[in-house]
Amino acid sequence: MLELKNLHAKVVPEDGPAREILKGLSLDVPAGEVHAIMGPNGAGKSTLSYVLTGKDGYEVTAGEAKLDGVNLLDMAPEVRAAKGLFLSFQYPMEIAGVPVMTFVRAAMNSQRKQRGEAEVSAPEFLKLSKIAAAKLRIDPEMLKRPLNVGFSGGEKKRLEIYQMLMIEPRFMILDETDSGLDIDALKVVAEGVNALRGPGRGMLVITHYQRLLDHIKPDRVHILSAGRIVKSGGPELALELEKSGYDQILKSA
Amino acid sequence: MSEGKEIIVKDSIDQGTVDAARALESDKYAEGFVTDIEMELAPKGLNEDIVRYISAKKEEPEWMLQWRLDAFQRWKEMTEPTWAMINYPKIDYQDAHYYAEPKGAAKYKTIDDVPKEILETYAKLGIPLKEQEVLLGVEGAVGTAAEARETPPKSSQPRVAVDAVFDSVSVATTFRAELLKAGVIFMSISEAIREYPDLVKQYLGSVVPVTDNFFATLNSAVFSDGTFVYVPKGVRCPMELSTYFRMNAKGTGQFERTLIIVDEGGYVSYLEGCTAPMRDENQLHAAVVELVALADAEIKYSTVQNWWPGDADGKGGVYNFVTKRGDCRGARSRISWTQVETGSAITWKYPSCVLRGDDSTGEFYSIAVTNGRQQADTGTKMIHLGKNTRSRIISKGISAGKSNNTYRGLVSIHQKAAKARNFTQCDSLLIGQTCGAHTVPYVENRRGDAQLEHEATTTKLSEDQLFYTRQRGIGEEEAVALLVNGFVRDVLQKLPMEFAVEAQKLLEVSLEGSVG
Repeated sequence: MLELKNLHAKVVPEDGPAREILKGLSLDVPAGEVHAIMGPNGAGKSTLSYVLTGKDGYEVTAGEAKLDGVNLLDMAPEVRAAKGLFLSFQYPMEIAGVPVMTFVRAAMNSQRKQRGEAEVSAPEFLKLSKIAAAKLRIDPEMLKRPLNVGFSGGEKKRLEIYQMLMIEPRFMILDETDSGLDIDALKVVAEGVNALRGPGRGMLVITHYQRLLDHIKPDRVHILSAGRIVKSGGPELALELEKSGYDQILKSA
Repeated sequence: MSEGKEIIVKDSIDQGTVDAARALESDKYAEGFVTDIEMELAPKGLNEDIVRYISAKKEEPEWMLQWRLDAFQRWKEMTEPTWAMINYPKIDYQDAHYYAEPKGAAKYKTIDDVPKEILETYAKLGIPLKEQEVLLGVEGAVGTAAEARETPPKSSQPRVAVDAVFDSVSVATTFRAELLKAGVIFMSISEAIREYPDLVKQYLGSVVPVTDNFFATLNSAVFSDGTFVYVPKGVRCPMELSTYFRMNAKGTGQFERTLIIVDEGGYVSYLEGCTAPMRDENQLHAAVVELVALADAEIKYSTVQNWWPGDADGKGGVYNFVTKRGDCRGARSRISWTQVETGSAITWKYPSCVLRGDDSTGEFYSIAVTNGRQQADTGTKMIHLGKNTRSRIISKGISAGKSNNTYRGLVSIHQKAAKARNFTQCDSLLIGQTCGAHTVPYVENRRGDAQLEHEATTTKLSEDQLFYTRQRGIGEEEAVALLVNGFVRDVLQKLPMEFAVEAQKLLEVSLEGSVG
């Protein structure tokens, strides 16, 4: 489903010199699987999510990234989204004056329009919204407020997953979705995420901690260090990492 | 008096914005067409004879001519104000026509006399002038302007009475008879001067004196047409009233004059729309609008200003120098100004309220958008004279391209304005690196018991917000529109429904190509 081959990418800051962050990253996530990416700070985890979704300020210098055989890198961010790519942001943006539901409905309709599908009707949208909100235990009143404005870190993360449930993407990247969540909220969010696991879908779960993976069980775990996947394994690799730390694992890699 | 704080944001020129400003093509301005119709023009230039010519054209009584001539004498001694944050080449006041009318306009007795070119012009702009068409819904409306309006279903379409001003003359006023049944006088000011001289004499110049300022005085001398409204005691005007101003002729200025009087306990909601063709030259538009609200009366005045803003390089466009003022003359009266300003090369405009009556309320809600090379210096004055007077100012400035957008406001609390209250909120949104936003709020306070609140923010539409929105599948232009709509939401909600839709669409069009 998602195939990354020898991906090299630079971050190009507005001020200051470009730095290479991804240095030959290769990864294959087949349809139906959930893969976790773990790694020390500065390994390139967030860069990977931005490169895949097409954020400005990153330049791919070599390699390829394909979703279902289609080259992602030439497409505008909104086109990638319409192809089914979704990023749950580590730091979701505040959008003043735009209620959550207005935003999400605009997103759904833009994607549908790009795919040549009919718009979501108001009753259908409300029905879907009600189901998603109940699943994530979100107060429906919250969905009438401007997106993320004045929301706590945990609420913002919950709303990312709400958007994900509404949009029903085919490939999801969760960038440190667990940060800012207490243990109860983590369970609720994980349940929401798990609801989207399925044969036609794939997920990349970026995290520092094993605890998220207790709730979202990965098929594979990869360790990213200095811009490359240095070790891959089953779910036990995350447990091993938790026990012995990055230093130990990296030495043995 | 406390000097207002000023925020200026200007960074180095970023290539993306330059490209974007270039991409701001003139064909985005759907109202930029020219109507080909034979016109009768006053000779170029401005002198006493021209003032007499205009007055004679309007078949005005002697007192009106004298009023104009006095204004003209006064104007000759005045100098153009320079305090606004706008730059433009010196205007040659002798190089314009001060009067332009479609040939034979004076003879239009009914809508059937109005040439089809003019009816088509308004239809194209989405303004039906035949009453039966209004009742049926906007059947005749064609072209992009109409499509952009997202006309609501025919059955629920609210009726709006329209006064259509084409260059210097009012060509049609709809629903006059029906309004008159309710006692509401709705006609062009030229007709009102002839038919209701006592009312006009009593109120004209009573809010904006002839000597008020350079542009108002010029208008007093040469004003051509505009709208007159009188709502009698205790009457709620049964429909929305509106004037649609269209500048068409080349090399002309438009000098409209509008006078709205609402007698005790009355109510009116009035809408004003403006467009002009795309021309390489600058056209001068110097209007005066006077509102009078007597005791317990309420006036809601909304404007969607979409004069041709000039091209991306700043060539052409309307110079809009406007004096708008409302007088809350009676106790508990209420005046609110809501404006959406997207057009004009230069905007110089401060719709104000004089809160004379005790317990009166003044409101100003504004969205001003500048793009390309547009310059806007706009805001309001709230003059608190009476006891317990309240005012509220919410201003949203959006700057893109290489434009400059200034909010300039004055809140003045006079000696007798016990317990006056004001709330001011000025928010600026910057799109790109090469635009400017400025906030210049002045406060004069002579009372210890006044309650004044002021909030101001300047935000940059951030790349991160745009990316976040695009990641959800929303294209760049639509993402900007969505974010901008969020920014202006609280003001848009103040507009009458059908105008809000139009305003929203207009914002989108105005900001097309504003991100690189």
